[in-house]
Amino acid sequence: MTNEPVVSVRELRVYYGTKRGPVQAVDGVSLDIAAGEVVGLVGESGCGKSTLGRGILGLLPEGASSDGEVIYGGRNIVGMTPKELRRLRGPDLGLIFQEPMTRLNPLMRIEEHFKETLEQHEPSLGDKEIRRRSLETLGRMGIPPTRFSQYPHEFSGGMRQRIMIALAVVLQPKLLIADEPTTSLDVIVEAQILSILADLRRNFGTALLLITHNLGIVAESCDRVAVMYAGKIVEEGPARDVFIDPAHPYTRELLRSTISLETSELHSIPGAPPSLLDPPRGCRFHPRCPSAMWVCATTDPIEKRIDADRRVQCWLHGPEDRIPEGGTAELEREEIAVAEEA
Amino acid sequence: MAAKGTSLRQYALTRLALVVPMVLILLTLVFLLMRVAPGDPVSASLGGHAPPAVINQIKHKLGFDKPLYVQYVQYLGNVGRGNFGTAINPAQPVSEIIKVNGTATLELTLYAMIIAITVGVAIGLLAGRFRDTPVDSGGRLFGIIIYATPIFFLGLMAQLFFGVYLGWLPVSGRASPLTQATLTTHTNIYTIDAIIDRNWAALGDVLRHMILPAFTLGLVTAGVFIRLIRINVIRTMKDDYIEAARARGINERSVVYHHAFRNALVPVITIIGLQVALLLGGAVLTETTFNWPGIGHELLLYIENRDYAAVQGIIVVFALVVVAVSVVIDFVGAFIDPRIRY
Amino acid sequence: MAVPAETARIETRRSILPRVQRAVAPIREARGMQRTMLWVGAAITSAFVLMALLAPLVSPYHFDQYRSGGTRFPQLAAPSAQHLMGTTVTSYDVFSRVIWGAQTEIKVVLISLVMSLSIGVPLGLISGYFAGKLDRVLVLIMDAMLAFPFLLLAIVIAFLLSDKVGQGILTAAIAITVAYIPLYFRVIRNHVISIREESFVEAARAMGARPFTVIRKYVFFNVIQNVPPLATLNAADAILLLTALGFLGYGIQPTQGAEWGYDISRAVSDASSGIWWTGLFPGLAIVLLVTGLTLLGEGLNETINPVLRRRARTNVEFGPSSPSPVIETETEGP
Repeated sequence: MTNEPVVSVRELRVYYGTKRGPVQAVDGVSLDIAAGEVVGLVGESGCGKSTLGRGILGLLPEGASSDGEVIYGGRNIVGMTPKELRRLRGPDLGLIFQEPMTRLNPLMRIEEHFKETLEQHEPSLGDKEIRRRSLETLGRMGIPPTRFSQYPHEFSGGMRQRIMIALAVVLQPKLLIADEPTTSLDVIVEAQILSILADLRRNFGTALLLITHNLGIVAESCDRVAVMYAGKIVEEGPARDVFIDPAHPYTRELLRSTISLETSELHSIPGAPPSLLDPPRGCRFHPRCPSAMWVCATTDPIEKRIDADRRVQCWLHGPEDRIPEGGTAELEREEIAVAEEA
Repeated sequence: MAAKGTSLRQYALTRLALVVPMVLILLTLVFLLMRVAPGDPVSASLGGHAPPAVINQIKHKLGFDKPLYVQYVQYLGNVGRGNFGTAINPAQPVSEIIKVNGTATLELTLYAMIIAITVGVAIGLLAGRFRDTPVDSGGRLFGIIIYATPIFFLGLMAQLFFGVYLGWLPVSGRASPLTQATLTTHTNIYTIDAIIDRNWAALGDVLRHMILPAFTLGLVTAGVFIRLIRINVIRTMKDDYIEAARARGINERSVVYHHAFRNALVPVITIIGLQVALLLGGAVLTETTFNWPGIGHELLLYIENRDYAAVQGIIVVFALVVVAVSVVIDFVGAFIDPRIRY
Repeated sequence: MAVPAETARIETRRSILPRVQRAVAPIREARGMQRTMLWVGAAITSAFVLMALLAPLVSPYHFDQYRSGGTRFPQLAAPSAQHLMGTTVTSYDVFSRVIWGAQTEIKVVLISLVMSLSIGVPLGLISGYFAGKLDRVLVLIMDAMLAFPFLLLAIVIAFLLSDKVGQGILTAAIAITVAYIPLYFRVIRNHVISIREESFVEAARAMGARPFTVIRKYVFFNVIQNVPPLATLNAADAILLLTALGFLGYGIQPTQGAEWGYDISRAVSDASSGIWWTGLFPGLAIVLLVTGLTLLGEGLNETINPVLRRRARTNVEFGPSSPSPVIETETEGP
């Protein structure tokens, strides 16, 4: 595995402007994705993981503003002109969506989708070559050539997702961002899609950012995992290490609340994710954190490398010299409420 | 493809089966409406001065002395055989009115529709595409004001300006007397008749007569189209496949033209079909304003003369035309949208 | 937005106020073009309503007055200080007829609006809620009526009524009402059908509420929100319909009130001799009033309809990247 990152996100912030103030969907996130690597991005709904994924492509909805750096090929994607961005989307950066049913133009045949995409980015290709490459990619996804000229409504959800993947992969992007690609599909189809995604790396050396709230998927298919909470990456490291020995209390709680064969009783994290309009002071997880200390409620945690390839944002890991005196005292439940008010 | 053929035929059959009760109800409504009408249609249409014997004779001839249900069955039978009755004053079969005046209306509405669709689609698409820009505000305002303008007022002002003040265009009738005399009627659609005869002088004259009425009717109808198309474009621009196309780096031009506009226009086709009723209502006003010898003009004449038989016959024709057009439009919609076919 | 405890408590007592407040909230929050349309439309509409109410005070002459102080007004006089918009062939003052016309139009349209709403809405509620055979029959009939050109339907009704009721405000209002009932029926019924399956209605039914209680308390309030923009847009349409009837001679008789459409029909014969003021001013009055109502209706529609509503946006100002995380690298090795 090369160490040279394909995409390097530095201090990225994506805010949605609303009339009640900015929603801090992504707030100072840094993340490297290396070539051929599969990185899982996990977190609860609304923690900003989809926004981060789209922010990397510069595909943000109206009213969103971004700041910071997304370095791809030595250039910063944030602040690129729409034209420059458009050239990157497809041949360099691909995106697969959560809901495949509505992502294909209902009036266009599958064939036309491929033709349009390939003609856009590789105008020198002839019709024959376009057809050959499209059919080859579709074939890898298990879509037979006989269905090439059919319309989207003639396919099931799982097949449409495979078509969407083929449509992204046919351009052989360096990085593919998959935003909950299997959430709306049933379990068997989910397994098929995941194995297709795993094959991508083998066949094309594509790096993959897999956004999901399903930790099982991450454990199965990711090299590294980044855990996101309330717009920040709170922990990142090799998937195995993080799952075996989670460093951040949120990761620990998240792992405890997943269901596995050993699960004897259901566990859930008390409380709800905070509003990103007005996130809590200090560590954003402290109101729900079972190990919260005094310092967590007052001071933003500092990112710390706890291993060569692991980092965490949590006062439990220090640095101790930055914690004020008495800061390590346990935060009481009542006091949490008070701290929240403040 | 055989499969497509059968399903389209099946669709056509179901759609036609739905028409039958609709037509039946329309016919019944017209029948009842004309029978509950106060007064005696025959004496009213003869001006109330005819001797009772004459009235009774005509009543007997027209079957007005039979019981209501017999009249109803006869009426349905007649309509079924394409016999829409006979006007009393001035006396002529309704089918003759359709042949002579109906074609005049057809010609007017066809040209008006072409103008309405061209203007409406162009402005509606632009306004929706450039939402909230001056293009949008201007387009919308034009649409709203032109729709708010009564046809007879727009017609009157056009007559004043282009006819009386500038003296460029004729303000009344389908053709000048000279043309009327030289033009042989093949189809009674004057522009076609003139082309068949290669009578270019007549064609010019007929077109000059067409300009003001067709633009008046067409522009007012375009007001409705602008509103509908704009809203559809705005809705479509928010669809998922638009975002997906952008994520593939498809250029904005193609996104707008191939994806958004095509999808936005599918429902519009159906809506345009529904506007035929509006167009026919507008035709009545246009014909009156420009003294155009169409079927609406004729209807008003018979209403003036209290000729119930003629009014009933003409109204039935109007209703059948509206239903027929809506069926045709549905087929066109099914042909364009692959989802409806299956 | 957090609802204060006070309000919440009142709401449980089925007060109507919070509901109204909630319904009106989007109007207050409307921005940009929506806001402009809404306010311009409201301003034009209220100007005409004022004109209609104050016609006897504002108008220099009565609508059918053709002389003053014993002298007859000139015929077809061009606009002047005495007659701001000129006079007609029958020596009427065009300005006065334009003002009085507002009264006629608004009166007729209001009557027909009330009539078509009070027939169309209950029919739609019942038909949509109970479904079944009645619904199917009503839908067929209403669809058949909708397939008919509005104007023709109104003309035929006016024609049939003119012998019995006579031509006047009531006849015109009924003719317009008949044309619009199917429209309200259709919209309300379709909305009721979609709402009927929603959980809060099903819950009410499951708790054993009587059908009419459910309709009154749960369905009605949800459905009725669509009515103001629709009714405003239809009022605009109805004015066009009424003036069209007047133009064709099936509307208000000249002795009963000034009516713009009728006035324009009289102006047609003036046009050939280049006389523009008899047609222009009543026509402009129609265009202005209908535009005002349309702007108001469209503005309301966009404010209430979430699909068309634009979220109010604010620009995001990024401060300096604070707090810059310090990456403390621990010495290698566990």
